[in-house]
Amino acid sequence: MISSNNRYLVGLYDNENTLLKAIKKIREDGVSITDALTPFPVHGIEDALGLEDSSLHKAGFLFGLTGFTLALALMTWINYFNYPINFGGKPFFALPSFIPITFELTVLFASVGMVVTYCFRNGLYPGAIPKIMDKRTTDDHFALVFALEENEEQVNIDHINRLLNQTGAVEVKERVFEEDEEIFE
Amino acid sequence: MYEAPIREPLITGEKDYKQITTDLVRSTEGLPPIKWFIAIGITGLMATFGIVAILTTVFYGIGVWGLNKTVGWAWDITNFVWWIGIGHAGTLISAILLLFRQKFRTGINRAAEAMTIFAVLCAALFPGIHMGRPWMAFYIFPYPNTRGPLWPNFNSPLLWDVFAISTYFIVSLLFWYSGLMPDFATIRDRANSKIRKFIYNALAFGWTGTAKQWQRFESLSLVLAGLATPLVLSVHTIVSFDFATSVIPGWHTTIFPPYFVSGAIFSGFAMVLTLMIITRSVLNIKDYITVGHIESMNKIMLLTGSIVGVAYITELFIAWYSGYLYEQYAFFNRAFGPYWWAYWTMMTCNVITPQLLWFKKIRRSVAITFVLSIVVNIGMWFERFVIIVTSLHRDFLPSSWVYFMPTWVDIGIFIGTIGIFLTLFLLFSRAFPVVAIAEVKHIFSASSEVARKKQLKDMETSDQGSVANPDVSLGLKDKDYKD
Repeated sequence: MISSNNRYLVGLYDNENTLLKAIKKIREDGVSITDALTPFPVHGIEDALGLEDSSLHKAGFLFGLTGFTLALALMTWINYFNYPINFGGKPFFALPSFIPITFELTVLFASVGMVVTYCFRNGLYPGAIPKIMDKRTTDDHFALVFALEENEEQVNIDHINRLLNQTGAVEVKERVFEEDEEIFE
Repeated sequence: MYEAPIREPLITGEKDYKQITTDLVRSTEGLPPIKWFIAIGITGLMATFGIVAILTTVFYGIGVWGLNKTVGWAWDITNFVWWIGIGHAGTLISAILLLFRQKFRTGINRAAEAMTIFAVLCAALFPGIHMGRPWMAFYIFPYPNTRGPLWPNFNSPLLWDVFAISTYFIVSLLFWYSGLMPDFATIRDRANSKIRKFIYNALAFGWTGTAKQWQRFESLSLVLAGLATPLVLSVHTIVSFDFATSVIPGWHTTIFPPYFVSGAIFSGFAMVLTLMIITRSVLNIKDYITVGHIESMNKIMLLTGSIVGVAYITELFIAWYSGYLYEQYAFFNRAFGPYWWAYWTMMTCNVITPQLLWFKKIRRSVAITFVLSIVVNIGMWFERFVIIVTSLHRDFLPSSWVYFMPTWVDIGIFIGTIGIFLTLFLLFSRAFPVVAIAEVKHIFSASSEVARKKQLKDMETSDQGSVANPDVSLGLKDKDYKD
């Protein structure tokens, strides 16, 4: 994960198949990849990078359950306990007619909850300033990113550099983020 | 991902990732052409007329509409159901077609979802103003109040509608926006002015496209699709309950939910086709919305249109078979009463003309599809009009029988919503990427013409392939996918 680090080595590839092979080779060599940036979801990249499965769907289930319980509980409380109204002798607790709203609120809670979780976990919010390694990664290039220490030994950098070039990187560059970098220049 | 070479490519022309970005971002860059200003001028005028009509309604009350004691629901509910129906295609394309792995959705899902959102907005306007006192619209939500507390009636389908439509709107909006973030990031990274970069970065929520982000993105899309699929079906089901749970002859039928849902998908696809046929040619994106896409959508129209046709005939049969005099009269009156013209317009536009789509030549003809899609839009409006007005205008007391006529306000609000809808769509087509860029790139390596040509070449160079598949390699040669 890209985090508070400020110095990175970036290898750019122009093809998703080369990228997948490169990830495999580099990881076999014992070098850990900080992150990969791609312009679209590349299938198999999670396995290649050894990422854990996302648990977003579990969060979605819990949000859905909350909505379901809340809707059913609120309608029951209102129609049965708080203000029972007799509509032509129909039951106060009319489960069949509670189902549409219960269903809608289950979906609503699950969706809104999941999207909020998704944005939160991905660090997405309006106006967030991202660390852009290379502008081409949202266009036609695929990047492998390696976080470097401030005083990273040159021999390590050279090693990664060599690996990137061997695996078909079209460009390798070092990206240093300044404290007051102007991204909208 | 392997795909059989005889499958029609979904991206035609000599493309690569860079070219895809350029083609699809181009429409948001530079100044809009003069045609765009003329178009938005016209739709803006229509919207203004609508706003005048709405203000007239709010100022004088519902009495300015053509409603009366017998027909208490007419154009407003017709328009409401019509717009909601149109709003069904977007989420159907993005959710149901995602679950069915139909890759042709990638070319059209973005615009169709935008259309859904705008259509639902137009739809929600009608119940809002039909309340007569729209500033009291919040009364429909269950909130603790000092009137008892007096709660809304949870047994009423009209209240279910409130929940169904607001949920549908919110979920469609979230689905749409979560897909837009990566594409906004693409625009941001291509932008060369400071202000443009700032705006698109804000819109992109700081998206960068890390492996983990994409993993969560795919997980989110899949679960949202799973949730939105029953949601799409539920919304029009609940809309149909507005009628079906009442005891008016002509409305009180159990066939309504599936009949309304297929009708909604039918009209939604018709509207998508109308708009996309114009958009693909104006924005020059025929390589991404190909004739193959149009044919696929036509197939869905044919299916849902035929379901609608079967439903009409089933209704007639059941009305006769029920032995219930009033039900029989309601249907006889629809077909041969004073509104016979509306009934037969509906029958022609929804049942007869869509059957032309059985012919491949017609399904693949852009011009005929365009005309047919407009015919379906008209037909589906009349369907709702027929269901609503003809069931009401001759009620149980012949002394209160009337012939409903709309006033200029009824017509004005309808024209106004068309104006609002088109204005929003025009703005969308300039500021947002009309085709989902990342998703198109995702299917590029398997479903593009470039990929097909490569497959063909591989087949020719290895004897095994061409021996095993002579037809395939012959059939592929010099194939032209353009319209």
